[in-house]
Amino acid sequence: MTQLITQLLKGEPIALARLITLVENDSSTIPEVMKTIHKHTGTAHIIGITGTMGTGKSTLIGSLTRAYREKDKTVGIVGIDPTSWFSGGALLGDRIRMQDLATDPGVFIRSMGTRGALGGLTSSIYDVVALLDASGKDIIIVETVGVGQSEIDIAQMADTTIVVTVPGLGDSIQTMKAGITEIADIFVVNKADLPGADEAVIQLQQMLCMDTLSEWQIPIIPSSSTQGIGIPEVINAITNHMDFLTETNHLFQKRGTRYETELLALIKKKLMHYVLDESRLQGTIEKMVDTISQKKMDPHSAADKILKDILA
Amino acid sequence: MTKKNIRVLVAKPGLDGHDRGAKVVSRALRDAGMEVIYTGLHQTPEQIVETALQEDVDVIGLSLLSGAHLTLFQDVMAHLKKRGMEHILVTGGGIIPQEDFDELKKIGITHVFGPGTPINTIVEYIQVSVKK
Amino acid sequence: MKEEIAHIQKERKKWDIQVQDSLQRKSERNRKFTTLSDIPLCRLYTPLDTQDMDYLTDLGFPGTEPYTRGIHPTMYRARLWTMRQFAGFGTAEETNQRYKYLLSHGETGLSVAFDYPTLYGYDTDHPLAKGEFGKCGVAISSLQDMEILMDGIPLDQITTSMTINGPAAILWAMYIATAEKQGIPKDQIGGTIQNDILKEYIAQKSFIFPPTPSMRLIIDTFEYGFKHVPQWNTISISGYHIREAGSTAVQELAFTLADGLAYVRAAMDRGLAIDDFAYRLSFFFNSHNDFFEEIAKFRAARRIWAREMKKLGAQKSRSLWMRFHTQTAGCTLTAQQPENNIVRVALQGLAAVLGGTQSLHTNSMDEALALPSKKAVRIALRTQQIIAEETGVTHTIDPLGGSYYLEWLTNQMEEETYRYFEKIETLGGVIPAIEKGFFQKEIAKSAYLYQKEIDAKQRIVIGVNEHALDEPPAIPLLKIDAKGEKRHLARLTKLRETRHKDKTDKTLVSLQRAAKGNENLMPYILASVHAYATLGEICDVLRNVFGEYKEPIIY
Repeated sequence: MTQLITQLLKGEPIALARLITLVENDSSTIPEVMKTIHKHTGTAHIIGITGTMGTGKSTLIGSLTRAYREKDKTVGIVGIDPTSWFSGGALLGDRIRMQDLATDPGVFIRSMGTRGALGGLTSSIYDVVALLDASGKDIIIVETVGVGQSEIDIAQMADTTIVVTVPGLGDSIQTMKAGITEIADIFVVNKADLPGADEAVIQLQQMLCMDTLSEWQIPIIPSSSTQGIGIPEVINAITNHMDFLTETNHLFQKRGTRYETELLALIKKKLMHYVLDESRLQGTIEKMVDTISQKKMDPHSAADKILKDILA
Repeated sequence: MTKKNIRVLVAKPGLDGHDRGAKVVSRALRDAGMEVIYTGLHQTPEQIVETALQEDVDVIGLSLLSGAHLTLFQDVMAHLKKRGMEHILVTGGGIIPQEDFDELKKIGITHVFGPGTPINTIVEYIQVSVKK
Repeated sequence: MKEEIAHIQKERKKWDIQVQDSLQRKSERNRKFTTLSDIPLCRLYTPLDTQDMDYLTDLGFPGTEPYTRGIHPTMYRARLWTMRQFAGFGTAEETNQRYKYLLSHGETGLSVAFDYPTLYGYDTDHPLAKGEFGKCGVAISSLQDMEILMDGIPLDQITTSMTINGPAAILWAMYIATAEKQGIPKDQIGGTIQNDILKEYIAQKSFIFPPTPSMRLIIDTFEYGFKHVPQWNTISISGYHIREAGSTAVQELAFTLADGLAYVRAAMDRGLAIDDFAYRLSFFFNSHNDFFEEIAKFRAARRIWAREMKKLGAQKSRSLWMRFHTQTAGCTLTAQQPENNIVRVALQGLAAVLGGTQSLHTNSMDEALALPSKKAVRIALRTQQIIAEETGVTHTIDPLGGSYYLEWLTNQMEEETYRYFEKIETLGGVIPAIEKGFFQKEIAKSAYLYQKEIDAKQRIVIGVNEHALDEPPAIPLLKIDAKGEKRHLARLTKLRETRHKDKTDKTLVSLQRAAKGNENLMPYILASVHAYATLGEICDVLRNVFGEYKEPIIY
């Protein structure tokens, strides 16, 4: 394990890949690893990209990465696709759009399934991002599924959150979940070569006009891979946002929020592990369920009793 | 407890554009609970191996119907060796004549699934082989 | 007539009781019976099922609208379909030999299969071409190779079909130049280039450039063909590959015709008169296992096309003709017990003939194992000859016309096709639907369902999931000459050294300039070809200007 960590810190992709797998599989060795690498994290700029299916997020990420590579920045990309709740399997296709980058040693791409996590992220995402950070990546891009709570999840985790939309999704701008302006740091209107691009930009501007309280001026950037426009502007916006965060001390606050979210999630997870640990409570849950079914006890009292017994 | 999934890379090396089988197998493996990374058409052996490395897959399934299997599969195996990743199970599928099976086995392709192979055969093979 | 229908209806009810009785004693083999496109089938079809049909408007005569029964008044009684076996492997000289073999055994038209590097517009020495030389077709890197390919073949006496799409215009230019070198003027040569990029995006995937410049190139060929190569079919609008990718017969029909109409509209947008180019549009269908469904498909295709072309303003009758080539379904042939494939191909070939095809390729029994061996392709050719000479099906036109089942099924195919047409319209047309992944999703879904049905034994494949044997196939397979690639590369290198480099470069510069503008590119491509610019060099120029297409991923 020490060897793996040493190699990780040197940026070795095999070590990084192996450790991500261990994180995903909830290996018992991981807490030790995370403890060791924590002080090596914090230098990467974490970018979250969200938006519904069909908005071209993967192509956008590919273009952004190529632009970053030209500036000699190393990039880690995490593409998340939904795990089928029915089979437990997943089709992970985000990296298809970026396969030309597969052999670039300055780029690391990892595809992950949500594996039962609700929303658009995986429960292991914090650790995965930490690993990418510790391996020395300058930029980390996390692409989410864009459904459910994923926008909130990603806003809590990323330094910069980009929301991607496309023209012609009709009134989807209006139906865009309320509060989207609270989490987006940058809006990208992708596939801007399609009709309705200008309207989409205007609609977003109107929405932002009414909503925003923040000091940060949320830019709305049209981009199109067929026309080759928008990427330098998006990169600039990302850089500007990072400058804004560092200069105003928002970065410290944001990361504080992230650590808090991560901390609470870990506590929840470890607590649940503890509660469900078979050696401790095998049979207790089933007995309680029986009691509840027979109306001898209600669920609240049952939960209180279990927790009381544990904390004793 | 987070579930452990078998991770499979379904890859099409070279210029072959026949992707019906690769897509059907990808879906079937997903339905069998595996995480499947399908990288699309026209992958070079280097791209396939680097992808397998980053994704830390258990299996690489190479799909080829253009007849170029001896050269391209050989290249993939050579790259795997170079990167120290020979622990990955590599199988092949597509239009590959039986008389080439031995040669492919020699270079490390553990099994070739020819036309008419039931999906379950592939699923079970992977499940059993990865357990070992 | 109405009384007759009412009478049949009454009697039918009695028959239904008889059926119920019979079912009590012996139930039917399946709970339900469907075509391969999942069209549910009744146990019997009667005049009740075709009572709303009008013979003259819905069927007509062969050679009259709506051409359901055939596009010519005499069909096979005057002229049999062209027996055109798709062939190509290794070097141009080896394929030339195979063409001569096939011609000597009675094939009546040539059909060229190119290798993958050629299909993608790469020269044999391109890094991406590694391992691919000659494996699934012949390698053509320059005019020189085309000249060798056609050596000793009189291009004014035989028509040639070339399965080429991304770089179709270039290979066509090479063929034209080869004919010119044989002393044959362009207006004397006949043939087809597949040149159907829309189905590449959907199914076959041998695209190079994105949709807009690809369509431009295609319309350039329509224009050039109309003016200079009038006997050439500048497109073969294909359903074969869509079917091979896993679609149903209905999807094959609907998507192909939709593509066809998209090309027509694009040409008309450019300002071409429909009656000028329409008669040089040709089609290419699959002939799959469900015998009657395939025949119904071909007949429905003719009727729909004629009606749609009329709607678009075609006035000449030949603009309404759907002329098509058929290939028996490669994907249905098995690696197990390959001799059984001879039977499959015979039945599929028969369906194509009963469907009125103008040209036919029958697959060889070793389809699932390798490229056709001499013996296997000979048997495939004989299959067509036996159908033509021994079965009597060519003695009368559209012999199955009037069958209650077939006419009902033809109508069904047409109905379902129009449903798809509507869906495509709501998506904004063919190209927007491609970009949204509509066709690809439908095909992937059908392909997956088909495989699941086979695995669950709901669909039987003899020798695979029923009556399987554990014996390895014991037929001799074609071996490709390993030294062929070296010969070809040596030739290519020598060509690059000995040609007039300045002249060649000049033509490429002119081509690039023209590609950036709006001119018809054919003359520029021809000039480059004549100057022995290689396929890769010409395509690189176009790649530079047009860009390369990246497909959306659909499972």
